[in-house]
Amino acid sequence: MKHNYYIFKSGRLKRKDNTVFLETIDEERKYLPIESIDSLHLFGEIDLNTKLLNYLNSYGIIINFYNYYGYYSGSYYPRKQQVSGYLLVNQVQHYLNKEERLFLAKQFIISGVFHMVRNLRHYENTKEYIETINRELSDIDEVPVIPALMGIEGRIRNVYYSAFNSILKHGFLLNKREKRPPNDPVNVLISFGNSILYSTVLGEIYKTQLDPTVSYLHEPSTRRFSLSLDLSEIFKPLIIDSLIFYTINNKILNLEDFDSKEEICLLSEEGKKKFIKEYEKKLSTTVKHRKLKRSVSYRSFIKLECYKLIKHLIDDELYKPLKAWW
Amino acid sequence: MEFDFQTFKVQGIKVNYYFVCKRKLWLYDKGISMENESDAVLEGKLIHENSYPKAKTREIMIDDLLKVDIIEGDYIKDVKKSSKMRRSDTMQIAYYLFYLKQLGVMKKGTINYVRERKIEKIELTEDLENEIKNALLEINKILDSKKPPRREKLPYCKKCAYYLFCYVEELDNET
Ligand code: SF4
Repeated sequence: MKHNYYIFKSGRLKRKDNTVFLETIDEERKYLPIESIDSLHLFGEIDLNTKLLNYLNSYGIIINFYNYYGYYSGSYYPRKQQVSGYLLVNQVQHYLNKEERLFLAKQFIISGVFHMVRNLRHYENTKEYIETINRELSDIDEVPVIPALMGIEGRIRNVYYSAFNSILKHGFLLNKREKRPPNDPVNVLISFGNSILYSTVLGEIYKTQLDPTVSYLHEPSTRRFSLSLDLSEIFKPLIIDSLIFYTINNKILNLEDFDSKEEICLLSEEGKKKFIKEYEKKLSTTVKHRKLKRSVSYRSFIKLECYKLIKHLIDDELYKPLKAWW
Repeated sequence: MEFDFQTFKVQGIKVNYYFVCKRKLWLYDKGISMENESDAVLEGKLIHENSYPKAKTREIMIDDLLKVDIIEGDYIKDVKKSSKMRRSDTMQIAYYLFYLKQLGVMKKGTINYVRERKIEKIELTEDLENEIKNALLEINKILDSKKPPRREKLPYCKKCAYYLFCYVEELDNET
């Protein structure tokens, strides 16, 4: 089994024989066997050198970097072993063709909203929100251009977030979604969770021949790996939001796990660890796939989404996004 | 009409895939391959590396298209784990023999099935040659196609690296 390693300490990471060796400032030493690494997530201040990068490169291991606040700042994305020029050409063609692009962009939103509604259904007092969301969603067929689609998505998201206060317990409230900087605990969790998910999705895209820079819902120039943003739309409500409800309502995370300094709110290292622990648990949770007749983990569902997208792009099978049925 | 070998020749692995699954052939040709960390792949590699440590010539590349395991005297030899994919293995060797014949080299072939300790001999008959020519024409047609051949239910799909890729599908939710 391969693991994601999350490193919170500061120190040095280097190649030592056939392992990755971590030496922290408080002189803790750890060996990570290369075969056991799926990806690395560095939250602390870590020194590393090209020898290590070359080593990770040959195993196709991505390193994700997070800034001081715990938000994604970038990835070391090793050169791919397997590329498909054929697929890339098709990926671009679907971007250039307005209708094709709009079709895919809509699918991502339809799936994302489906999972939002699925979340809300688990709780009482959310009926009105669900109705409003479904009303907004019914206009989606008529939408002629991406910005209009983004408009619908934005309105739906506002309704969805305002429902959070009917769901969250123990004094947690979400007043308004605030991205930069997130200034209250719930906003912090949403941003933090989405950051981690983004890097997970990128890791799954990396394992396929898809080019992560060519996207449909998001403009390919907005962020370096914008396809990762596209696919994250599907999984944010399915994975991250349900985890936020779970960790807060079951008191896994408490208000004490957050620090507010002036205008900035921070999730403590302990808090991050707790959230990531639940996140990893969730990713490895399996569901019996009704078509494949196999147990499939949440992480694999991300990869399957990539596969379906590839099949669509090579004109094999029309893309139908995931709509969690369990 | 004369069969124009130069136009139709492909890598040996593609002849093999053609007889395994036409969809796999197309996907492989387009560079769409699946991550496969399965032990079967690794085992295959080890068998190749350990089976004939003393043979003089191992893994010879011909024209960048054929990778022949061993050439010894009149024989080219291929090493396989088991005879599960007997037909496609046989056709791959037959293709090598046919290819060599085009270069003016006449050989015979053997496949060494390590697990079963069985050796199979292959000679290039006229029938086999025709089968290869047909396959090469078909292969080129398939590779020219804009989309992959539809998946077929084959007995080994479940063990194929493309299984999840081929079979993943969304059913409509009941409402
Ligand atoms: S899963 Fe079956 S149909 Fe798909 S490539 Fe493999 S053998 Fe062919």
